[in-house]
Amino acid sequence: MSRTSFATFGNELYSGKRSYPFVAKRNLWFLIAGLAILVSIIIPVVKGGFNLGIDFRGGSEFTVSATGNTDTAIGEAAVTDVVPDAVPRVTNIAADTMRVQTERLTDDETLSVRDNLISGYGVGEDQVTSSFVGPTWGEDVSRQALIGFGVFVLLAAILMAIYFRTWKMALAAMAALVVVMVVTAGLYSLSNFEVTPSAIIGFLTILSYALYDTVVVFDKIRENTADGATSTRRTFAEQVNLAVNQTLVRSINTSVVAILPVASILFIGSFLLGAGTLQDLSLALFIGIILGTLGTIFIAAPLYAALRLNEPELKKQEKKVLDRRALESVSSGAHPAR
Amino acid sequence: MPRTGPGTAAKRTLVWLGALTALLAILLGAGSYWSTASWSPRLALDLEGGTQMILAPRVQGGSEITPEQLDQAVEIIRQRVDGSGVAEAEINTQSGQNVIVSLPGTPDPQTRDLIQASAQMEFRPVLAGGPGQAAAAETPTPDDQLPKPAAEPKDASDPNWITPELYKQFEALDCLDPAALEPAEETAPADQPMVACEPDTQGKYILGPVEVPGTDISTASYGLQRSPQGQALNTWAVNIDFNDEGTETFREVTERLYAIGTGDPRNQFAIVLDGRIVSAPTTNAVIADGNPQISGNFTEESAAALAEQLKYGALPISFEIQSEQQISATLGADQLRLGLVAGLIGLLLVAVYSMFQYRLLGLVTIASLVVAGVLTYLAICILGWTENYRLSLAGVAGLIVAIGQTADSFIVYFERIRDELRDGRGLISAVENGWRRAKRTVLASKAVNLLAALVLYFVAVGNVRGFAFTLGLTAIADLVVVFLFTHPVLRLLARTKFFGEGHPWSGLDPSRLGGIPLYRGAGRLRDPAEKPVVIARAKNKGASAEAERRMTIAERRRAEQQKALAGRTGSSQKENNE
Repeated sequence: MSRTSFATFGNELYSGKRSYPFVAKRNLWFLIAGLAILVSIIIPVVKGGFNLGIDFRGGSEFTVSATGNTDTAIGEAAVTDVVPDAVPRVTNIAADTMRVQTERLTDDETLSVRDNLISGYGVGEDQVTSSFVGPTWGEDVSRQALIGFGVFVLLAAILMAIYFRTWKMALAAMAALVVVMVVTAGLYSLSNFEVTPSAIIGFLTILSYALYDTVVVFDKIRENTADGATSTRRTFAEQVNLAVNQTLVRSINTSVVAILPVASILFIGSFLLGAGTLQDLSLALFIGIILGTLGTIFIAAPLYAALRLNEPELKKQEKKVLDRRALESVSSGAHPAR
Repeated sequence: MPRTGPGTAAKRTLVWLGALTALLAILLGAGSYWSTASWSPRLALDLEGGTQMILAPRVQGGSEITPEQLDQAVEIIRQRVDGSGVAEAEINTQSGQNVIVSLPGTPDPQTRDLIQASAQMEFRPVLAGGPGQAAAAETPTPDDQLPKPAAEPKDASDPNWITPELYKQFEALDCLDPAALEPAEETAPADQPMVACEPDTQGKYILGPVEVPGTDISTASYGLQRSPQGQALNTWAVNIDFNDEGTETFREVTERLYAIGTGDPRNQFAIVLDGRIVSAPTTNAVIADGNPQISGNFTEESAAALAEQLKYGALPISFEIQSEQQISATLGADQLRLGLVAGLIGLLLVAVYSMFQYRLLGLVTIASLVVAGVLTYLAICILGWTENYRLSLAGVAGLIVAIGQTADSFIVYFERIRDELRDGRGLISAVENGWRRAKRTVLASKAVNLLAALVLYFVAVGNVRGFAFTLGLTAIADLVVVFLFTHPVLRLLARTKFFGEGHPWSGLDPSRLGGIPLYRGAGRLRDPAEKPVVIARAKNKGASAEAERRMTIAERRRAEQQKALAGRTGSSQKENNE
């Protein structure tokens, strides 16, 4: 029965019988993270940036909903009839929805294109909507988002440093956060997903989620290492690793529970709704929740352990633990459990 | 002595939660009965359909806009939009730079132009007309009796400006018709006479050409009128401060108008904003110092309003449309419906998953989510009523995302309880100990969420704010629910037989969690290598319950542990069978 085995899995992780070397193999994770960051930076540079949405480019956009006809040529003709040298982008964004994006049109041009689309796609007056965006709008949004990012990271770092009473935890959490953000951005560039203001909202939510996840795991580490310097059973690194393993079931359950609604928006959105606020947002979140959970386990916790391992007190304690083990293995003649 | 055990405390907490929920519901119910509250959330434009324009105000001279000017800009646009008869338009500022206008439906080109136009204020002399003449003349003056100009007008107050056409236009003008009160898109040329309405006094007027443009006003203020001796009187007045050029022309104008004498409408001058008369005061003195004072039946409010309007004149702000988005009502409704469907499916999947992971304990998760949902819904409705908070699509997304983060509080808590059970504690103490530890984690992690929501709300623009708002709201609802619902419910459940005995379906079965009692009474501690002892379950439940009641605490705990052990063997046998 799968539940029993999952519970057993949890039990073994809790007791330490089953343990994944999150801390011990940290250099491998850091190497992978480093490579991922490198790739995430190189890709946009090579590709020449991101696939920016109309909010960042500026222009006019028309949405034709509930049309049976999804021929992109009609949309192109509707624009070029009015503005011959325009280069419209016509996309079928959902089952029955067409989106036409073009450079900024004047009011009269907009009305003519609208009429063309209504007759071309054979839809009613209220099934065509038009909008236009100035190029500075998206910049405004992203500038404010960047400021928000900076302010949040700073305040969150202070909050964590105070709560955990060590800046090293705050530093490790922020480092993991940066990895998550950079790699998410890299994935966006790689997959050519459109960057819209909604995607920016998504990014900002990832911030909150990733850090939230880290705080939960770090709180367990705090608990396990409360007597860090005096324990003779486990070294500090092992205590951190045990905490991560003990919260692994929670990490899995939480990310599954968090991702289920997001995935349901994402897939329902893709099939029925077309590109829109919900979909852009859920895509960013979908990637971010997965990366955020991984970032906590593979970057934040091991990095925290690495940051503290060289403290003289912990070095002494580690030596004591290892000495005791050596003694035990000699006296019992058995190999110590890892 | 009253019972003050954890069970009573838990029940009391639940009563508090019920009272809180009932209070919110009653508040909303009262609001919808006596006021404008509604049982459904107010929807933002992207869900309701409509047009959203983001306007960037441009001040003449290209200087940066100050917060004060931005407020003025909002006021100008509000008057224009309200004047054009668009119901329920919403006008907000954004990040201290832009003005956002949200209109239901699609605005006609006139409304658009109107919103974009810069405010035009002018001072024109009155040629004819007066207050209280709003209605159109019932019988127009016959053509041959219309006033005819006898000569070329020599100054702005000359009645020779009134041509037969202008007089007909004046007679036909109906100032009771809302259409006539719409701010003019294009005001009459400055060197030509015009007809205009004064909405406040229901007056209509024929006005001469512009004498002083609004840009000649340096500033305007209002205050209590002073007697010539300098004593404050009990009447309000508006003070205008002209620049040098304005001072000079205004002196000439007042000299001429004052000479005409009170009683003649031509003694008045009209302050015209966007083609409407804001005020048409009479001239009681020659104003040589460029600081005229307008007095009359002002209240403090109306004086303040006029002073504000005069300031617009001093500062013509024009608006550049930065972005305009039209959302069809059907598309918005579709998005909302599918968003809700997606949310429900997501919720269902979460419910299935937590039942799978936590068995009947999953029901607590679902119930907690439902309670959190009810609280959030009530809060959104109440905020829609009191703060005009409108749920946008981004907000809906925030709510759906919050399902996961809310459920996480319960997962953290349940996992801590399981950890305590694994350490061999009885369920009641596992719940208390687990809670003590989980509480800290939940508080710390929710603090991060709230911090994110706050920062996003105050820094971000546009629909990011709606998203941040729902995120913060759900974080608070989550805390309320964990403290006032989930924890008390678990305390009570821990006392039931089903959970307390660790039924295999309870999700808290110590045997499945590998819990071996740490302490078995009589001073014996568990030897890690020792196999658990199997003790048969009591057949007669009634008798065993009775016996249980008579046991000492230590005996009861030992019995609990033995039962737990019995359960463990049962399940391990089952495993062998599979």
